[in-house]
Amino acid sequence: MIAEASLPERVVIPLRQSLGAPAEPCVKVGDEVKVGQRIGEPGGFVSVPIHASISGKVTAVGRFPHPGGGEDMAIVIEGDGLDEWHESVRPRDDVESLTADEIRKITLDAGIAGLGGAAFPTHVKLSPPESKPINTVILNGAECEPWLTADHRLMLERPGDVLEGLNILMKAVGADRGIVGVESNKPDAVAALRAAIPDGANIVVTAVQVKYPQGAEKQLIDVLLRRQVPSGGLPMDVGVVVQNVGTACVVYDACHLGQPLTRRVMTLTGTPVANPSNFLARIGTLLSSLIEQAGGMTTEIGKIISGGPMMGITQFSTDIPVVKGMSGVLFLSRSEVDERQPDPCLRCGACVHVCPMKLVPVMLEKLVIHERIEKAVEMGIGDCIECGSCSYVCPSKRRLVHYFKYGKLLAAQKGAAVKAAAGK
Amino acid sequence: MQEHLVVSASPHIREDVSVRKVMYSVVIAMVPAIVGSVYFYGLRALFLTLLACAAAVLTEAIIQKLRGVPVAVTDGSALVTGILLAFNIPPGVPWWIPVVGSVFAIAIGKQVFGGLGYNPLNPALLGRAFLLASWPVHMTTMWLPGKGGTLSGMSLSGIDVVTQATPLAIMKSVSAIIADPASTTHQVVQAREVLAGLGSSDTIANLFIGNVGGCIGETSALLLLIGAAYLMFKHYISWRVPAAYIMTVAVLTSVFGGPGGLFTGNALFHILSGGLILGAFFMATDMVTSPVTPRGMLVFGVGCGVLTTVIRLIGGYPEGVSYSILLMNIATPLIDGRTRPKKFGEVKQSG
Repeated sequence: MIAEASLPERVVIPLRQSLGAPAEPCVKVGDEVKVGQRIGEPGGFVSVPIHASISGKVTAVGRFPHPGGGEDMAIVIEGDGLDEWHESVRPRDDVESLTADEIRKITLDAGIAGLGGAAFPTHVKLSPPESKPINTVILNGAECEPWLTADHRLMLERPGDVLEGLNILMKAVGADRGIVGVESNKPDAVAALRAAIPDGANIVVTAVQVKYPQGAEKQLIDVLLRRQVPSGGLPMDVGVVVQNVGTACVVYDACHLGQPLTRRVMTLTGTPVANPSNFLARIGTLLSSLIEQAGGMTTEIGKIISGGPMMGITQFSTDIPVVKGMSGVLFLSRSEVDERQPDPCLRCGACVHVCPMKLVPVMLEKLVIHERIEKAVEMGIGDCIECGSCSYVCPSKRRLVHYFKYGKLLAAQKGAAVKAAAGK
Repeated sequence: MQEHLVVSASPHIREDVSVRKVMYSVVIAMVPAIVGSVYFYGLRALFLTLLACAAAVLTEAIIQKLRGVPVAVTDGSALVTGILLAFNIPPGVPWWIPVVGSVFAIAIGKQVFGGLGYNPLNPALLGRAFLLASWPVHMTTMWLPGKGGTLSGMSLSGIDVVTQATPLAIMKSVSAIIADPASTTHQVVQAREVLAGLGSSDTIANLFIGNVGGCIGETSALLLLIGAAYLMFKHYISWRVPAAYIMTVAVLTSVFGGPGGLFTGNALFHILSGGLILGAFFMATDMVTSPVTPRGMLVFGVGCGVLTTVIRLIGGYPEGVSYSILLMNIATPLIDGRTRPKKFGEVKQSG
């Protein structure tokens, strides 16, 4: 069950909550704010506004721990306990007659960024160029990672809203078809969604094989439509927009209820957690408060991971806030943390066998170690989705993904250097 | 900041597999063949195998110590090399042959290049090649007959059966007699009889079970296949290399391997005799020295098959498995580079 987390007394709302530019604060210390009131303006086209998630007073604008790593700018609100909605939040009864442009405007104003984890601004995904017509919207219900169950709970508890959200998304891009891809180990979610399909809607719910990384965008499109997104391309190149089921839910909230994105469903789990839970938590709620609500920890924590075990980002502290892209937080006990030193590569080829992007991780790793970045780019390091499958299967426990992240960084720096030189 | 928290790059969970697990699984997979060797050739086979293992592990430990790197002999890789080296020598050799072979295999075949994972050639095969070049008489004549004595119907005047008591060597000798215009009619008739005996169902059955002359660990296809099945079940070896290798030998020997012209060869005889099964499943599949790409594995297997057949049918040696694999080992980087899989989305598809 999704439990509503208790109203936090204080929230820390980072300005960087989507891919692209961070928001710029439009409130100052001392301002009174209400729930849903805009407190940060988008910093560009690829950016989203942010909103107050509780009512109260702004007490600080400064640098605070960010789940993406390190510290980043955030707005702190001390709650007044009233939990009052801002007057701009009003339900709407004309959703049927909304145009595509109006829907895009609503999703932008509501500050919606993908809830699956990457936090890509939704209005940008809904604005493909005219040269790329979209015929299909896919809702990703194939939980991206093991352990996380937030999407599963949403599909069970709000199937109608998920599908209405899909319907609105289809309208926004002019797609005539909607598909919800759900992993076949969740037959209850498949049944709940199928039962909720409105009459006459061109929506299907498809059960897909349970296979990591099935929830990766490109893999999901491939398995549902047999279309491969070209290397270096985007789903719109094959006429598809992919959204997470959680995103569809908040699109519903934004269009029907007029509510901006101020809360999200996220999983708090792991063996040390006394009561693993799915919380409907306010954006900016501190992790430490949610840990308390989940009954605390039964053993010492070895790792805190924002996201899942395969791609999540490890955290330095429990003072991090819930952000829009946080699908869950996973705790590992000390004994579960496997940080053995890597052995030499045996060239067993397991990484080649398992790579969903059909790369040759064993060769890419060597190229990055020797900083032969151009060759690594040529061999497709940019196509790596960092799913972690190669590192997972490696008998020598080599840190393949670690090197690929590093290699991509070097490639980006090199690319920037080349651009700068060309610009002179 | 809480200092006890581990911060590292994803993924944060790992499959329960390790170098040690892989290596000891290979050791377990070779146990049936070891037991078989004792049954066929007596305790002497076990003695030589243990010597080879001890020499390999000790050499590895000493060199790692000298190199100043962590002594990691417990990872099992030296043990695998020791067993494989013993599997590749005749059971009648003196005790120092496996010792010298193992020392060479580990020191020159493996540690010189940087140890586990860095050797371009299969160390055990390199050790065998060294022994074969240095002590050819020991390595090609010191066979012991299988438990049932010599192969049935194998007496052949003019040919020293005892010193050439492997099926492949007999095959080579009688083929030479048949092909030699100086042979008397009587000799040719006898040679043809022997040849027919080699292809008989009795011989094939003995080859399958392993009750014939040969190297310590290579004779029993049955026991080797049991071990190989275990490794495949564990996904530690792929079907690609052995399948491509054996299929290639089968096709080529059935077409070119017969005395009566094209398509008169006995493929089953060639598959089951000599070191093909051992080589195809346990040595050509050596992770370090074989390709990592799926297509590369097939190319590698076919290459081994072609070379083995060429050596067996045309070359000077009766057996060509070890040289074929060594030669293909050298080609491995080249094969990997040319057989990269097509990246996901590399060819644009119409939307």
